Amino acid sequence: MESFVRLTAIAAPLDQPDIDTDMLIPQRFLRKPLTVGYRNFMFFNDRFDAEGKEKPDFILNREPYRSAKILVTGANFGCGSTREGAVYAVVDFGIRAIVASSFGAFYASNCYQNGLLPVVLLEETVAALRAQLHALPGVELTIDLPDQVVIDTKGRGHRFEIEPSRKERMLQGLDDIRITERYSGAMEEFESRLDAEMPWLSGKPLQALVRR
Amino acid sequence: MGNPQNMFGKIWDRHVVAQREDGESLLYVDRNFVHEGPFYAFDGLRLDNRPARRPLKQIAIADHYLPTLNRDRGMAGIKDPEIRHMIEQLARNARDFGIPFIGIDDARQGIMHVVGADLGLVQPGMVITAADSHTTTNGAFGVFAFGIGASEIKHVLATQALWYRKPRTLRILIDGTLPGGVTAKDVILAVIAKIGISGGSGHVIEYAGSAVRAMNMEQRMTVCNMSIEAGARAGLIAPDDIAFSYLEGREFSPRGGDWEKALAFWRSLPSDPGAHFDKEVELMAEDIQPMVTWGTVPEDALPITSSVPDPAAVGNAEQRAHIERALHYMGLRPGLPLTEIKVDRVFIGSCTNARYDDLRLAAAVVKGRRATVPAMISPGSTDVKRRAEADGLDKVFIDAGFEWRDSACSMCVGSNGDFASPGERCASTSPRNFENRQGRGVRTHLLSPPMAAAAAITGRLTDVRTLR
Ligand code: SF4
Repeated sequence: MESFVRLTAIAAPLDQPDIDTDMLIPQRFLRKPLTVGYRNFMFFNDRFDAEGKEKPDFILNREPYRSAKILVTGANFGCGSTREGAVYAVVDFGIRAIVASSFGAFYASNCYQNGLLPVVLLEETVAALRAQLHALPGVELTIDLPDQVVIDTKGRGHRFEIEPSRKERMLQGLDDIRITERYSGAMEEFESRLDAEMPWLSGKPLQALVRR
Repeated sequence: MGNPQNMFGKIWDRHVVAQREDGESLLYVDRNFVHEGPFYAFDGLRLDNRPARRPLKQIAIADHYLPTLNRDRGMAGIKDPEIRHMIEQLARNARDFGIPFIGIDDARQGIMHVVGADLGLVQPGMVITAADSHTTTNGAFGVFAFGIGASEIKHVLATQALWYRKPRTLRILIDGTLPGGVTAKDVILAVIAKIGISGGSGHVIEYAGSAVRAMNMEQRMTVCNMSIEAGARAGLIAPDDIAFSYLEGREFSPRGGDWEKALAFWRSLPSDPGAHFDKEVELMAEDIQPMVTWGTVPEDALPITSSVPDPAAVGNAEQRAHIERALHYMGLRPGLPLTEIKVDRVFIGSCTNARYDDLRLAAAVVKGRRATVPAMISPGSTDVKRRAEADGLDKVFIDAGFEWRDSACSMCVGSNGDFASPGERCASTSPRNFENRQGRGVRTHLLSPPMAAAAAITGRLTDVRTLR
């Protein structure tokens, strides 16, 4: 996982709220191996017409937004399914951070697993940022994770919150499993107590469903 | 006695393995369901050379990609090589990691959120995960059940636990008696319409009240299933004798002395009197009517007796923009009575509404009538299908011109190729009405199984109560 420290990059404004995971990547592409490049599926129905040609009016099809690394979006971004492909596609397109007033239930946690930073700011602040981006197309924003601020086009900083454990993992590009391994003692203890107290939870009868 | 505790708090506390300073907890997972989708998790384990820590606490079930036609021909009946690959890949991953597997040719096959309860794999007090948002279905048994992404699935496979932050709690109290023609689907659509798609955000919902207690397990599962559509992490209902008698004797339910011990534990789970909830919402059962969605998110739901809303009448700019976009996509004009909306197709299926009880209620509406638009049924599991056939429900549907298919996620999401034709308007018992979900440009109206059956008969959205 790539670490995230400080990023200055072109930001694309997407005004629409409730951008769901079906919009981010239609279900039919989720059977493709990651190696094909999920960037081609991002916003597929908005970006391409029925013949597969780019729709020129879609913002991410226009310069300079093709090289945007930040999205500033409407509320409830990524609502809908757990499909992590909706994050893989965005990351593969080159986006490293998404600023919104809220995220769908699964989207933010899937972001953290893939080095994509979800930044939550107040709705008024996000709307003001989008207005700045519309006024000066192609202008850059800076996101500073150690200081937890988004710096707007006027040089003003907007502080955001992030849980310390998430921050540590993003800054170091650390995988969750590595961290969990530090707790293996507690885990062993927990499991042996559970196996003794509630043996029916061990799943032993399911052995009959294991195929060789 | 200590402080009164709510049910979610009791389940949470039992599962915390360790806690970090900022409150993040390592939460133990009792059962993890996988389907064809999160194959990335297995690819990741192979790359890291990691085994599954407790393979028998996993179960792999093929549901998203299985076809609903030609199933008697098994894998040979699947033409699309990519779809065949998805199903074979799940079988291979299950075998390589020693994980229990239910595949295309297993009589237990079905949608995982239907099969889990059917087999007794879902038991009160558990923490259950799966790579699917509607894992919340299992909360009907007093389970903390929630969807996770593929990377988190990988983490659960490797460690049998997950890093999680304790959500807040929201109690939704529904007292009274549901009017005739009103089902669990109408209840949950009314809840979502009331609190909105972000109304449950960051919360676990406990559904309580006499209307909930009067529901059977299948109805409770429909309610918990769509908790996620209100943005909630999960939805729970206190387990009671209805839940216990449902579970007794199922293939993987505890037996003998274990059953007695489990039962004693399960009875300790319901929220204590006076337990605190961070938020409370109340609905009166008598006020709930048959519901239908007119827009592109599940909160865009209204009683069937209403009309399409007028964006001009809405003060909030963002809401107005949403309604305008939704009406444009749905091809509807403000003020049109919902009962005047013609439909091109009807789908009865999905983990929300394709259990035996759902099919029974739909069949009661269909009996002796004929569908006037294409309509298809995909039962929630192979076992539900078999039971429905034993009771002659299949004949009722087939005689009325419905297609009686096999069990899979099917037109809920179209992974298996079951799509409506581009631009069609589809009345559907599934949980989501997002743009393009059921096919390119397809306009989805969510409703209950009897309402879907009524729409199939008349060819338009219909108040099922007027058909009786
Ligand atoms: S039926 Fe639909 S909602 Fe349910 S598990 Fe399948 S895809 Fe998900």
